[in-house]
Amino acid sequence: MKGLSRIGAITSKELRQLKRDRLTFGMVVMIPLIQLLLFGFAINTNIRHIPVGLVDLSKSGFSRILVESIRATQVVDFEYEYSSTAQAERAITRGDVRAVLVLPHDLSKRLSRHPLLAREIGMPTKDDMHRALGQWLVDGSDTMIASAIGRLTNMPVEDGRGILTQAPMNTFEIVYYFNPEQRSVVNILPGLIAIILTMTMILFTSAAIVREKERGNMELLITTPMRSIELMIGKIVPYVAIGLIQLVIVLGLGHLVFNVPIRGNIGDIFLASLLFICASLTLGLIISTIAKSQLQSMQMTVFILLPSILLSGFMFPYEGMPVPAQWIAEALPATHFMRMIRAIVLREARVSEVGGDALWLVGFTLAGLLIASLRFKKRLD
Amino acid sequence: MEPVIEARKLSRLFGDLRAVDKLDLRVERGRIYGFLGPNGSGKSTAIRMFTGLLTPSEGTVSVLGLELPRLAEALRTRIGYMTQRFSLFDDLTVAENLKFIARIYSIPGKRVSARIDEQLRTYDLARVTRQLAGTMSGGQKQRLALAAATIHAPELLFLDEPTSAVDPENRREFWEKLFDLSDRGTSILVSTHYMDEAERCHQLAILEAGQKRVDGTPEELMLGMGANVLEVSGPDLRQLKQQLIVHPEILSAAQLGSRLRVLISDRIEAPLPWLAHHLPPDNRDALQTVRPSLEDVFVSCTGARRQ
Repeated sequence: MKGLSRIGAITSKELRQLKRDRLTFGMVVMIPLIQLLLFGFAINTNIRHIPVGLVDLSKSGFSRILVESIRATQVVDFEYEYSSTAQAERAITRGDVRAVLVLPHDLSKRLSRHPLLAREIGMPTKDDMHRALGQWLVDGSDTMIASAIGRLTNMPVEDGRGILTQAPMNTFEIVYYFNPEQRSVVNILPGLIAIILTMTMILFTSAAIVREKERGNMELLITTPMRSIELMIGKIVPYVAIGLIQLVIVLGLGHLVFNVPIRGNIGDIFLASLLFICASLTLGLIISTIAKSQLQSMQMTVFILLPSILLSGFMFPYEGMPVPAQWIAEALPATHFMRMIRAIVLREARVSEVGGDALWLVGFTLAGLLIASLRFKKRLD
Repeated sequence: MEPVIEARKLSRLFGDLRAVDKLDLRVERGRIYGFLGPNGSGKSTAIRMFTGLLTPSEGTVSVLGLELPRLAEALRTRIGYMTQRFSLFDDLTVAENLKFIARIYSIPGKRVSARIDEQLRTYDLARVTRQLAGTMSGGQKQRLALAAATIHAPELLFLDEPTSAVDPENRREFWEKLFDLSDRGTSILVSTHYMDEAERCHQLAILEAGQKRVDGTPEELMLGMGANVLEVSGPDLRQLKQQLIVHPEILSAAQLGSRLRVLISDRIEAPLPWLAHHLPPDNRDALQTVRPSLEDVFVSCTGARRQ
């Protein structure tokens, strides 16, 4: 009973201090708001309008038709025209364009020998069968750009008389569940909840203990009858509420602005988020018991934040990572939450269906609280 | 009667540094006990061991009958501690700070506001209850810190250099509050580097380099300091000082305006004629014996001698 009242005292003290710290208070709302708008609009894996150049050596009517039909796909924008391949390669080196389309002198001849057209004229030679109409020179260092241009390989082309080439016959038909239009933002938004919560929750609590040390309040606190675990719990309770506010901002805006479907049960979403918020807060507390200054706690927060962004499945699919990287990812609360929140929000899963991850977060929170309380000594030694 | 603090051969090392060195101490209940010593003499370290914040490297200490650091948690509600640096929350108001501390000490909900009002009145803070602690003056902060440290009416109060950041008038008022607390039965241990404050204590110990040099009541210390105090006036006091301190019998010579205060070891049986003999003729007329002060005690028993 006395313990509960002391936890209450610490919680209300934290809330008062937070209320007076206008900047931090503002960040509670601004971080999710700005980041959601930024990332929601900015991160896009369906790449379009790549700046490219053209080297048209054939200067024929067909070359113009071909360029127009490529332009119509919107994958690339022809921004420059070069007179030679060498010039074009230098432009790629400089970064003016990411790729160059080279249409050869004998474009018309190649067209006339093209398998689909040639049938009307006579049997093409075996060589002709393998000759493409033109060549793409691509800056292959960025694999996303390269594969976007790679998709143009079998693009259908029309010369006004009918389709000349077409994509090869499909072996399989593919049905896209949950995100039929294949919009990146649908997958990014629930992930963004994990990233924003990781950032703000760890950041707030990682400074919690060390700030009291730096400001000189700690010597007072440790001479009082307050117990370590009471201090730890009292410190995280206010931020649980803040985490839930941020969740509502991200999900609500994501639904309204980016039209991201929220298919799962709202109660499940809150439950999963609550588990993750608690896990992140205790992680911050552990950092705070290790750090000697607020700067150190910031450094450690970034140390956790970067792998949480890169390894949790937010940026790159978990399945594509090598096994050791997956182990590291499994140690991060963000990875478990990423799986849960995507499953619940997008695939209408229940918390019980992702129970393994939920239990992991519960275990992490309890272990974290224990470690932080044990690490925090009411001593100055 | 059982002492409130009893330390035996208490030491604390930080690496190679002996911050407190074999300290023996006995503080009686109901007294104001002073720790007098220069910065770095181990006052704060000793207080932190008495409050259970630091583990002794050697020796034993028991406070209010509780052996430390083993029983430190049981001690918490019975002691109050005012840290050297202001350690309440700058971004909370006076009332909020007191309320927080009251709740941490589990003062029952019904009595909290009555107790806070009482403290606000006692320590002249009633007019600034809504002011943020960080924006207050040194004297106000000090009174708030004392109000917080005594809100749970502790039996024993530790004050670590409580008056180092306040002006003389505030210091005098502060000591009035301490005597009030003492009258109501609170035992107090206070550290200071001010002589006039040390002189107000019932009993005091002089610390230097982690060691206790002497302890006792201020009067005992002045009587038993092992030196006589004489004052000389006249011309060329700076030069005279240099001539005098070469004698091993002269413990110290310090200039006070137009006088030179000379401490002579009590091995010299007749200090007045002895000193007159060593003075140039110009200075002999104005030679007289004076009453020792605590500063003389301090000088005679610490390394501050011969300056």
